[in-house]
Amino acid sequence: MIRDNGLASRLWRFAIWAVVVLFVLNLLGVIIAVVVNSLSTRWLGTWLPAGWTSHWYVDAWREFQLTPVLIVTFEIVFAVVIISGLVGVTTAYALARRDFPGKRLMVLIFLLPLLLPPLTYGIPLATVLYRLGVGGTFWGVVLANLVPAIPFVVLVMIPFIEQIDPRIEQAARVFGASTTSLFVRILLPLLLPGMLAALLLVLVRTLAMFELTFLTAGPTSQTLVVSLYYAVFASGVRASQSIDAMAVVYMVTTLFWLIIALQFVNPTQIVARAKQQPANP
Amino acid sequence: MMSVVTAGASPGPSLRKRLAARGLDGTTLLVLPGIVATLLLFVYPFLYGVVDSLAPKEGPWFTNYVKFFSEPFQYDTIFATLWLALPVTIINVLVAIPIAFRVRLMRRQRLLTTILVLPVTLGTVLVADGLLNYLGPRGWFNRSLMFLDLIDHPLRLTNNYWGVFASLVITGFPFAFLLTLSYVSGIDPAIEQAAATLGAKARQRFMRIFLPLLAPGLIVTFCLAFVQAFSVFPSAVLLGAPSGPTRVISIAAYQAAFEQYDHSMGAAIAIIMGLVQLVVILAVLSLRQVLYRGPAAGGKG
Repeated sequence: MIRDNGLASRLWRFAIWAVVVLFVLNLLGVIIAVVVNSLSTRWLGTWLPAGWTSHWYVDAWREFQLTPVLIVTFEIVFAVVIISGLVGVTTAYALARRDFPGKRLMVLIFLLPLLLPPLTYGIPLATVLYRLGVGGTFWGVVLANLVPAIPFVVLVMIPFIEQIDPRIEQAARVFGASTTSLFVRILLPLLLPGMLAALLLVLVRTLAMFELTFLTAGPTSQTLVVSLYYAVFASGVRASQSIDAMAVVYMVTTLFWLIIALQFVNPTQIVARAKQQPANP
Repeated sequence: MMSVVTAGASPGPSLRKRLAARGLDGTTLLVLPGIVATLLLFVYPFLYGVVDSLAPKEGPWFTNYVKFFSEPFQYDTIFATLWLALPVTIINVLVAIPIAFRVRLMRRQRLLTTILVLPVTLGTVLVADGLLNYLGPRGWFNRSLMFLDLIDHPLRLTNNYWGVFASLVITGFPFAFLLTLSYVSGIDPAIEQAAATLGAKARQRFMRIFLPLLAPGLIVTFCLAFVQAFSVFPSAVLLGAPSGPTRVISIAAYQAAFEQYDHSMGAAIAIIMGLVQLVVILAVLSLRQVLYRGPAAGGKG
């Protein structure tokens, strides 16, 4: 490690850390303010609320009908995870192992949904889905969420598959493995860590995906994040503590999966697809 | 010997073998589910949207576009969006670079990076809800500034431009930072050591070694961060002034499609939105051609 110890570079280092600390403090302030408000009896114009209570959670659970919302959310999210996993991994396998005419175009088509704002393709997609009568239903929401999920799995899995030596598969073939046993006994165990990582990330992303669900959901197919949006949008109708209690429920749901995901992936991989581990750990 | 002759006498390899030689065999067919799903759910609706936008409720095919570009109420949304997305993206990327360079040297990056991933996954709606409380006139932010005697009256930070700006920084900065960090840590530290051995100062090492190697990565970071900031929607409604300065283009598209039930106009605005974003991205990418020519990969062997 190289370090300059002049005054200027010390000041520079201090400034950089000050920015980081300020950012993290404000971020924690935002999150803690939500948690504190959700637990407060009355909080007006003071540092801390007048008293503490947990009854807003009971209220929020009843007012926003969180049980059905949570059930629908997880049904939708798991459907998206399973379908995008099956479709995405097979596609990624073919793209990683074979070089064929038109492959670059195909990769471009998979990149586009990740490069365009969800609303840009979401509005025509919602129109088509409503015209087909799927809009507003459970499957409409699942289909809309598959649009960014499948390319995401494909692009995360390609480098994972590429790093598996094809000679392992060839060796298994030589010893007479059928396609099924090649897949179950060789590929699946080797791909499992990558698949878990990709699918957990899809899960977290789909939980947080607002726009596509917002455009395609009907009254019975809203996910947690869309219900939260409507609650905040209509704030004033309900107590802010109750809304924040719902926000905490949402935060805990996402955090739970995020923490599991972080056991399998380096956070920098979440955003930097197709990037190997850095050489220096 | 005999078999060689018969093989040579046959009219050439079978179709199956010729296709396999070009990379088309049973394994290649595994792309079908993925590509069919994407064609049906992304390409077809998108093309449908293009056609739909050219078939307005009344008037000739270009009516929607003329309507959009003749009403300031509509076309101003482009500038409102850019006025939010461009400064936020530039700040996020510029601040991310020095921090990524610091964090790269840390032994324990994990805790910091984990804290920074939080807002990316919490999503814009939750951040907007939290900021409404935190930045509000009686929130902790204003209270702290007043406690420190930096201000006399609470600043107005919600339901205007700055609320949306703050939410875009909170969700966008971590994203830009993580991306930059992964590019920075992809550069072999030996290169820096070599330069330092030859007597290059920190500024020279950054300007002449890291910056050229990082340029492609930074451009990608800028584009991805811009895409995120440009598609701002829930926070512009919840935290901003959705009928005033933060009436962004996604609000215009949503209102046309789902509040006025004019799906044709909604599709037109959505396509204008995609085009404006593409123009900015292409401009940034062409900047890369000017700044940097050479291999796109980092300096890792």
